[in-house]
Amino acid sequence: MNDDRPLLSVTDAGHRYGDRFGCRNVSFDLWPGEVLAVVGESGSGKSTLLGILSQRLSVDEGSIRYRTTRADGTGGPGGSPEDLLELSTLSEREVRRLWRTDWGFVHQDAAEGLRMHVSAGGNVGEPLMANGWRHYGQIRAKAEEWLRRVEIPAERIDDTPATFSGGMRQRVQIARNLVFEPRLVFMDEPTSGLDVSVQARLLDLIRSLVAELGLAVVIVTHDLAVARLISHRTLVMKDGAVIEAGLTDRVLDDPQAAYTQLLVSSILQG
Amino acid sequence: MTYDKSTENSTGMPQGTILSVQDVRKTFTLHLQQSQQLPVLSGLTFDVPRGHCVVLGGESGSGKSSVMKMVYGNYGADSGRVLLNHQGAVLDLVTAQPREVLAARRSTIGYVSQFLRAVPRVPALDVVAEPLVERGADRQEARERASIMLARLSIPERLWSLPPATFSGGEQQRVNIARGFVTERPLLLLDEPTASLDARNRGVVIELIRERLAEGVGMLGIFHDADVREAVADATVDVHTFSAARQESIA
Repeated sequence: MNDDRPLLSVTDAGHRYGDRFGCRNVSFDLWPGEVLAVVGESGSGKSTLLGILSQRLSVDEGSIRYRTTRADGTGGPGGSPEDLLELSTLSEREVRRLWRTDWGFVHQDAAEGLRMHVSAGGNVGEPLMANGWRHYGQIRAKAEEWLRRVEIPAERIDDTPATFSGGMRQRVQIARNLVFEPRLVFMDEPTSGLDVSVQARLLDLIRSLVAELGLAVVIVTHDLAVARLISHRTLVMKDGAVIEAGLTDRVLDDPQAAYTQLLVSSILQG
Repeated sequence: MTYDKSTENSTGMPQGTILSVQDVRKTFTLHLQQSQQLPVLSGLTFDVPRGHCVVLGGESGSGKSSVMKMVYGNYGADSGRVLLNHQGAVLDLVTAQPREVLAARRSTIGYVSQFLRAVPRVPALDVVAEPLVERGADRQEARERASIMLARLSIPERLWSLPPATFSGGEQQRVNIARGFVTERPLLLLDEPTASLDARNRGVVIELIRERLAEGVGMLGIFHDADVREAVADATVDVHTFSAARQESIA
């Protein structure tokens, strides 16, 4: 928390589908250790926003800058003094490097983020190999450590995710995305589709790992209770625009926009 | 900028205060009810000196909880200033950025609410230790301090490793108090902390409050129980005086 510069700076960013904007005029800064929730109904533009942040969709307007230099001074591209990358100017190769070393992505559907017929240990070890780890014993030990951290029983390390429950698959996906110590993790509805009790356990796990590792997280969710539980700040999206933003407690307890008041009033009280 | 590095006096913050609320107005606009305006507070003004406990009084519905939520940042204000002495500088919580409010909560403002809001699976010991860990304390040391606090509030040791969701209302409340008092933040907000406690535990809470006051912690409290209120209050702010609805009816 000593470093006062944001990790990610988004200014008036937008993406066009043909002549229609999927999202537009989005601005925010994100610091290490912060969890930002993006909430809204389907069609609100929250997935499009996640798409441009994670460079799966083009930034057609505005700018998204990512700071590559780590606290220890390493990580800048090719020793260049400029460490603030304008994402839209990066080559595919540079974006791939970010995915290997800096960014994680936890999908709603674990099948999109995991290799379903490779062992759990293999799924967690792969990102290490991509980062140059060669010693089998070390890779295995690290994978074991991470599977333990996400509470997968040690005896399941050689089983494939295809044989796992939905909650276990999500936990393996989280291990695969955190094992290489990324700095920024995108999460797309990571807990929807799970039973409520499994959801609570997963949220608790995400919350404690994020705090321990000082990660920056952008989590897209339609569930305000998820936002309340794990995010520091919240953006509310509607029709491709951010209509309200601020401290999560404030957005949920004292919503200003009519639409946010409607969303908050439709939360099931529990 | 919301930080003001100049002296307290030139910012309108009286010497020796931890919190200064100045001419705050708040109206809720209920968009789902034909944009009905619900005025809550008008001209709210008071100070919390260090080492003093200021109690919010006034009948229920006068906006006492709204004041608490405003000082903690859960509610915004329409105008006025909520000045906090945060790490040697003055921060106006009305205009502060979310990130500054989070920093203020981490190191300056503690909050003991009436109900414990904890993540479902976290053991009581870690729920209490969490504010220390968030501030960078060693986990083992944080747990030791948390266990001292839980013991003082007579939570049986066999419960420490269990999540508070399974506890009785009174036990949850005591875990909540332990969590609020475990750190040494210079401002503590107490929102009916003793509502579901027996006389013995109310006594422990009074003791904790007095210890912190003696250390110079400033407090803002709502107390349902007259015995606790009388034991700790240095001053009372009648929120009803600043109730926007009341002022309108007089005018």
